[in-house]
Amino acid sequence: MSAIQVEHISKNFAHAKALDDISFNVSKGELFGFIGPDGAGKTTLFRILTTLLLPDTGKALVNGLDVVKDYRKIRQDIGYMPGKFSLYSDLSVEENLNFYATVFGTTVSENYDLIRDIYAQIEPFKKRKAGKLSGGMKQKLALSCALIHKPSVLILDEPTTGVDAVSRLEFWDMLKRLKNSGITILVATPYMDEAGLCDQVALIQDGKLMTISSPSEVIKTYPWKLYSVKSDDIFRMLNDLRMFPGIHSVFAFGQAAHISFKNEGIEENAIHRYLENKGHTGILVSPAVANIEDCFMELMIK
Amino acid sequence: MYKPEAENIIIVKDLVKKFGSFVANDHLSFEVKKGEIFGFLGANGAGKTTAIKILCGLSYPTSGHLMVGGFDIYREREKIKRNIGYMSQKFSLYDDLTVFENIRFYAGIYGLRRNVIEERSRDLMEKLDMKDARDKLIRDIPLGWKQKMAFSVAIIHNPKIVFLDEPTGGVDPVTRRQFWDMIFEASHEGITVFVTTHYMDEAEYCDRVSIMVDGKIAALDTPEKLKKDYGAGSMNEVFLKLARVKVN
Repeated sequence: MSAIQVEHISKNFAHAKALDDISFNVSKGELFGFIGPDGAGKTTLFRILTTLLLPDTGKALVNGLDVVKDYRKIRQDIGYMPGKFSLYSDLSVEENLNFYATVFGTTVSENYDLIRDIYAQIEPFKKRKAGKLSGGMKQKLALSCALIHKPSVLILDEPTTGVDAVSRLEFWDMLKRLKNSGITILVATPYMDEAGLCDQVALIQDGKLMTISSPSEVIKTYPWKLYSVKSDDIFRMLNDLRMFPGIHSVFAFGQAAHISFKNEGIEENAIHRYLENKGHTGILVSPAVANIEDCFMELMIK
Repeated sequence: MYKPEAENIIIVKDLVKKFGSFVANDHLSFEVKKGEIFGFLGANGAGKTTAIKILCGLSYPTSGHLMVGGFDIYREREKIKRNIGYMSQKFSLYDDLTVFENIRFYAGIYGLRRNVIEERSRDLMEKLDMKDARDKLIRDIPLGWKQKMAFSVAIIHNPKIVFLDEPTGGVDPVTRRQFWDMIFEASHEGITVFVTTHYMDEAEYCDRVSIMVDGKIAALDTPEKLKKDYGAGSMNEVFLKLARVKVN
């Protein structure tokens, strides 16, 4: 049995189509990532799965339970961390945690093992009001509260948005440990580099799923010949490359540009010559391997 | 473009900002050159926002010598405000005004004349390919458009410096790059860009990058040089090496 099963879910709001015929499965114990920008439909989908919103059409099951009919049972089984910090700002760290444990009919000590690693990092501040915590600490407290009733499925809506690169890495380490303890995790993120840390990823844009696959499979499906190109003046180089005859895409990647051709026949030295003729210096052209972001952008412009 | 010989458009010398006993900025010293894209990085809570507020003339330092756009941060704050633009992740556009009304409002605040405003907003709509959106409410346009709008409005008075505080959070990768095209363009036109971001690939678009750790500047150089100095393949690695010591 799948932990999450979604079949042809659609949802419309007054002015916008939020979800358009979404179907996917998440196996038990899997770390499944929803990768997409703001407004793609991730939050709407997660609200349906957490029984907070009704789909217009389609069907969704969590642990085999229907999100519409069996919503009460599902709420006992899942842990949810919304995108917006939703704990009580005027309660202390400790009080928030106790509150959530009590609501789910359990105690902090009963399930302390599960949150030990995470909670230990904020325990020194347990008397502090939740509203006074830093972003990273709020995130850890929210995760502790979502876990305190030992859910079998954990649903995290953009837990790392606005969080710096170091804290993001630590957060993903925590997710890996939770996954190893058998919890199924569904996580949404706008950061493409986090896709590689998931077992399966779904790329979502404008309410539609563009692809579902393992990160390595997604990368394998990149269809074109891809080069990484550098020169001393990146801004002018980007504009010049867009004029290159037969070019398919030009995207900046750090100090280089990734450029692709549908035509297999275009060689490195042709690109080099072209830039040289345009007066560029410090030119470096090398074949590149597509990453998730290349794939995402290719699916977007298709 | 970073040119070592260019004039210093921002000068910060021994900037200290304390909140009670907490030191948010601990003797920061750096210069930003005219026309460069300067990346101001650091972990959450490292003291970036505090420093930006001071540079924008919104808060006084506890001590230190600071010049922004040639003006003194203690005595000439109003002149500084006229000569800078500012955009943050929480766009400062008014949701219940139309696209054009927002442009007119901001341009008006900076004292642009009515005919100049008409002309600039026409150019802007054309450039952003938003002509049909002129009379739409801001709340009804896509996030990517809002973001480009917010940036264009922040530089509508042609400031010397534009401060961008995490401008690209949450947008799709194509829009994020289009946004950086606009930053490159502004920089080419001579506007100095001071930008913070959590996307480490964006750090590599900057001419020079400073990384703050615990209220101090732990490193400052070109991305190329920083990667070399720290034996790292990407700015992400550089950042992790420097900022990892601090766990919050």
